[in-house]
Amino acid sequence: MGMTPRRYRRRLPVLPYVLLSPVVLVTLVIIFYPMLQAIWMSVHDYIIWKPQDIRFNAFAHFVTAFSDEVFWISLWHTAIWISLTVSLQLALGFAAAILLNQDFPWRALARGLIIIPWALPSVVIGLMWSWVYDPNYGVLNDFMLRFGLLTQSMPWLANPDTALYAIILTLTWQGFPFFAVMILAGLQAIPSSYYEAAELDGASRRQQFWHITLPSLKGVLVTAVLLRIIWVANSIDVIYVMTSGGPGYATHTLPLYAFLRTYTAMDFGYGSALAVLFTLMLLGVVVLYLRRAGRDVT
Amino acid sequence: MMVGRRSRLNRFLTIELSMLAIIAFGLGPYLWMVLTSIKPEELLFRLPIDYWPEQVTLEHYVRLLSKANFLENMGQSLVVAVGTVCVGLSLSVTAAYSFSRFRFPGRRFLMLKFLVINMFPVVLLIIPLFVVMRKLGLLDTYFALIIAHSTFSIPFATWMMTSYINTIPVSLDEAAMTDGCTRLGAMWRVVLPLCLPGVVATGIYIFITSWNEYLYAAILAGQNVRTITVGIQTLIGEFEIEWGLLTAGGTLGALPATILFIVIQRHLIEGMVAGAVKR
Repeated sequence: MGMTPRRYRRRLPVLPYVLLSPVVLVTLVIIFYPMLQAIWMSVHDYIIWKPQDIRFNAFAHFVTAFSDEVFWISLWHTAIWISLTVSLQLALGFAAAILLNQDFPWRALARGLIIIPWALPSVVIGLMWSWVYDPNYGVLNDFMLRFGLLTQSMPWLANPDTALYAIILTLTWQGFPFFAVMILAGLQAIPSSYYEAAELDGASRRQQFWHITLPSLKGVLVTAVLLRIIWVANSIDVIYVMTSGGPGYATHTLPLYAFLRTYTAMDFGYGSALAVLFTLMLLGVVVLYLRRAGRDVT
Repeated sequence: MMVGRRSRLNRFLTIELSMLAIIAFGLGPYLWMVLTSIKPEELLFRLPIDYWPEQVTLEHYVRLLSKANFLENMGQSLVVAVGTVCVGLSLSVTAAYSFSRFRFPGRRFLMLKFLVINMFPVVLLIIPLFVVMRKLGLLDTYFALIIAHSTFSIPFATWMMTSYINTIPVSLDEAAMTDGCTRLGAMWRVVLPLCLPGVVATGIYIFITSWNEYLYAAILAGQNVRTITVGIQTLIGEFEIEWGLLTAGGTLGALPATILFIVIQRHLIEGMVAGAVKR
């Protein structure tokens, strides 16, 4: 009797693998196979309407990319795009979370309203903000003219100097509720006894923030920032809807360039190579995130 | 008395006013879209802008619904989203149960695999998926879009379901099995009913992401199968943008997802942040 369970345990269990096999098979077919296909295409000349001209070209696309001016422009924009968007989202989300953690009568309502940007389709977000930025009848120009912040209407999305920043503001708007919600949950998980003890020791509000709140939130903040970097880096739909990367190359980020290069020029080889390069660059952040998440998997 | 009043005023000035400012920023563009959609055409293009329309009209909505297969697009979005939910949930439930209840070689590797998938750039998948679907003659079908949306719904659902099942005590499975249930019986009859709220929240979130998705819907389909997001985008005219029509489309197209999101937010967010906060 006593031997049976132990012997059962020592045998390699079959059931967990059986339960996992459907999902593993499906992901192999719909995710890993396409990914291999992308890597394969990235080392071939592959223009989709010239199937007879598909041939291996080793790393020609990658060499081309490094001497491609648009590649470097897009890479630079990607850096601005990620760093500005994520830090603005974090700052606004942090402020919102701290406010939502205070005691005021309509707190529950505020918490419900603040996540609305999160729920909207990116197409609708893009259109909505294009209307806000409209050079003739846009509400932003009207506002700024009324308050004397501008003397003349500004075509925010058509001006190469402002287009990228206008879209960064849009994406900040879309993403800050995520930070607010994550940080709020983190704040609520801090035991109030910490603050009570600090109060007794005569710590000021500011000291409590630096010595209790921030250290306790560290885990949440790092996880949320890593997740958002990956998410913001990948998101091309809002840019695509608002400017399609224009005017000129003013709002090209690297994944958007890969996308546009693939579908406007039908150059699947070069487009894949750009996508592979972008993925390799993102991999560093993904590994950092996995290290953290990996500790949870026990 | 004085103190109470002063601190209430203080609270209003510091906390509530700043909160109002953030909410104004958060809701402003959305409300502006809704307001634009009910303004008569002639008021839309007049300066200075009337922020509060003295006249309200539904003309844009009437035109939208009479034209442009708008309702048909919504129906097609519904098919894709429901299909994606079914695929995502059905495949992930047994996987999540396995991750939650068994310890076996390769478990950690497989779990991290699902996490990595979720972070693959869309652009790395959309390019080859187009080529594969084109070869198989599946472009512009429901099947293509459901498969494409499953690339993000399956890993998401697997992770969420694992964390929900983790909250159900293992002793319940064991009790069910001593009462004569098989492993799968215990999963199906005991564990799943208990985490039904989690299953529903996960399903609804998948529905929302699929409903809102644009790039795959535009590239892998768009003619026979045109989801609502692609439908809204095609409302943009060649020469001029009809903002009345477009904002009406945006308002209506975003409505199902917005309502669902507000309904499940509490539950969903608990599940999502659980892992992050525990650290």
